[in-house]
Amino acid sequence: MRVLSLGRWLRAGRVPPREPASRPSGHRHSGHRPQGPPQELPQGPSQKVSVEVLEHLEHLALVDFRDSEGVERLQKAIQFADQLHEVNTDGVEPMDSVLEDRCLYLREDDVTEGNCTKELLENARETVEEYFVAPPGNIPLVKLEGQKTFLQGSK
Amino acid sequence: MVARGCGGVWRRLRQRCAVRPGSGPFPRGERAVACNARGGMMSAGKSGLTPWIPVVGLEIHAQISSNSKLFSGSQVQFAAPPNSLVSFFDASLPGTLPVLNRRCVEAAVMTGLALNCHINKKSLFDRKHYFYADLPAGYQITQQRVPIAVNGSLSYSLCIDNKMSQMVTKTVRIKQIQLEQDSGKSLHDDARSQTLVDLNRAGVGLMELVMEPDMCCGEEAAAAVRELQLILQTLGSSQAVMAEGQLRVDANVSVHHPGEPYGVRTEVKNINSIRFLAKAVDYEIQRQIEELGNGGTISNETRAFDSKLGCTVPMRDKEGKQDYRFMPEPNLPPLILYDAKSLPANMNHQQVINIDWIRERLPDLPSVKREKLVEQYGILPEHSFTLLNEDGLPEFFENVVKQTQMKPKKVIGWILNDLLSYLKQHSLTVKESPVSSFLLADLLNLLEKKEISSTAAKQVMAIKAGNQKVLNKLIGLVQKKTQGRSNPVLVKQLLEKKLSE
Repeated sequence: MRVLSLGRWLRAGRVPPREPASRPSGHRHSGHRPQGPPQELPQGPSQKVSVEVLEHLEHLALVDFRDSEGVERLQKAIQFADQLHEVNTDGVEPMDSVLEDRCLYLREDDVTEGNCTKELLENARETVEEYFVAPPGNIPLVKLEGQKTFLQGSK
Repeated sequence: MVARGCGGVWRRLRQRCAVRPGSGPFPRGERAVACNARGGMMSAGKSGLTPWIPVVGLEIHAQISSNSKLFSGSQVQFAAPPNSLVSFFDASLPGTLPVLNRRCVEAAVMTGLALNCHINKKSLFDRKHYFYADLPAGYQITQQRVPIAVNGSLSYSLCIDNKMSQMVTKTVRIKQIQLEQDSGKSLHDDARSQTLVDLNRAGVGLMELVMEPDMCCGEEAAAAVRELQLILQTLGSSQAVMAEGQLRVDANVSVHHPGEPYGVRTEVKNINSIRFLAKAVDYEIQRQIEELGNGGTISNETRAFDSKLGCTVPMRDKEGKQDYRFMPEPNLPPLILYDAKSLPANMNHQQVINIDWIRERLPDLPSVKREKLVEQYGILPEHSFTLLNEDGLPEFFENVVKQTQMKPKKVIGWILNDLLSYLKQHSLTVKESPVSSFLLADLLNLLEKKEISSTAAKQVMAIKAGNQKVLNKLIGLVQKKTQGRSNPVLVKQLLEKKLSE
């Protein structure tokens, strides 16, 4: 069974059904089954996300976790995704795209696009002589005036 | 750019350069390079100290020669009005998707075959994430997991002791070739504290060639890149002009003592010519040896080559080790290539790339061309190298040979010693030669029939070549008179017209 077939359950935001011995199985899945009531996130190996990792993530993804609720939401999201570990994927080849059986379309090497400078620049907040304008150096995390980020404050 | 797993690869490699006894102590302060074709050992500053082995690996980006970009239909052209060659996809506007350019795939397959690579019949595309103003999507589409070609080799030649007569062939292994997108261009305006971004180059197809660290000095690196350049130009997969950024070389350099693990490597960027490549690599090797010799350490950093000062300096903009968060490109299925055996029966030809078909149509590579010239005309191998090093010279030589009774072995002397040196003196390419192959053949015929002397022939060539020099002088005078207001191209045309009357 492919890992992605769990998608149906995950999208519904529910936990895949567990099977008490008495119920006829509509959906068989191998692997260990965690104990505990359904419709609740399994406790699993709870990984507390460290401040260092959070800062690293903030820097990489240019997001600001802003407050404890943001961090908590991340924690819950990780726990939710950890349910994937419940599935035994021994000997199953990973699938990285539902397109894997499709044909990759090859385009002829003709010039068919471009020459829309005006349209493109319309979207930019600031331009200089048909160039886009960016801050010097690299893109910094947007800082709220005077405020340190939540993580910096929590240290 | 962090080379994927490069540290580990470097450590696992056997020592590539031959070990030989130190060539004697170097006087302090002298920066002469000890490494040459014979071996990679360089002695330290004082006599009696353990010698150093330099290790050099190259990462090369070659811009694919194509009409349109790798994943979009915008034109590929050097020097166009800013942001005029940009499609909605190149600007990363929402709702756009990548569509792979067939020509780019063919270019990569050709290059892989020419470099003796194994072509992966199934290769994958990935996203490499990092933030920079000239990368609007926030990621670059590349081939990190399974590239299009792997495990190849490039053979190149070096002169021993600067004597053309003694040439040795070396090989550097090609780890992989992958297809990837180029980024846009950033112009830093420090005065106004801003960066101007031009996306014309964003999305242009690149072939990244990763070489194993089999080289040991600047001379080897330069020779390898020169040969690669000739191969790419012969294939037509890239025009490989370094000055126009079509061929970009980054060098990874480290030094270690024999028998010890590989040292910490630095990455050297901003190398704009083959000559500078040799200089940059040799400087960095020397710098590392001196630093370590003084008890210092080498940090795994990125350095830029300053061509004016002839040295490498740490780069300001690199922020520590990057985490690129590679992930499969979800919008592109695997790239499947076929060969004669696996060709699908009922598929549209335009959608199929046949590796064998491409292999059959590969042109003669430079090494083959050289062999043929030596065999056909009886010239020396080193002559064939000099011939192929100049664009158009082999054809010129062959044209002269066809039109003259003089033996090719004698003709080659006139081509390489007289014609080529005149061209070099006046900074002319073969195509711009004022002496045509017809004229030279005529001249050589007269020489053969002993109707003129060798000295006279040389004089005629000098006069003809000199005409160009005189012309340039006249243009200079006109510029002076008009105080730089005249159009030099137009002036040249008018003068040439006058002179031919």
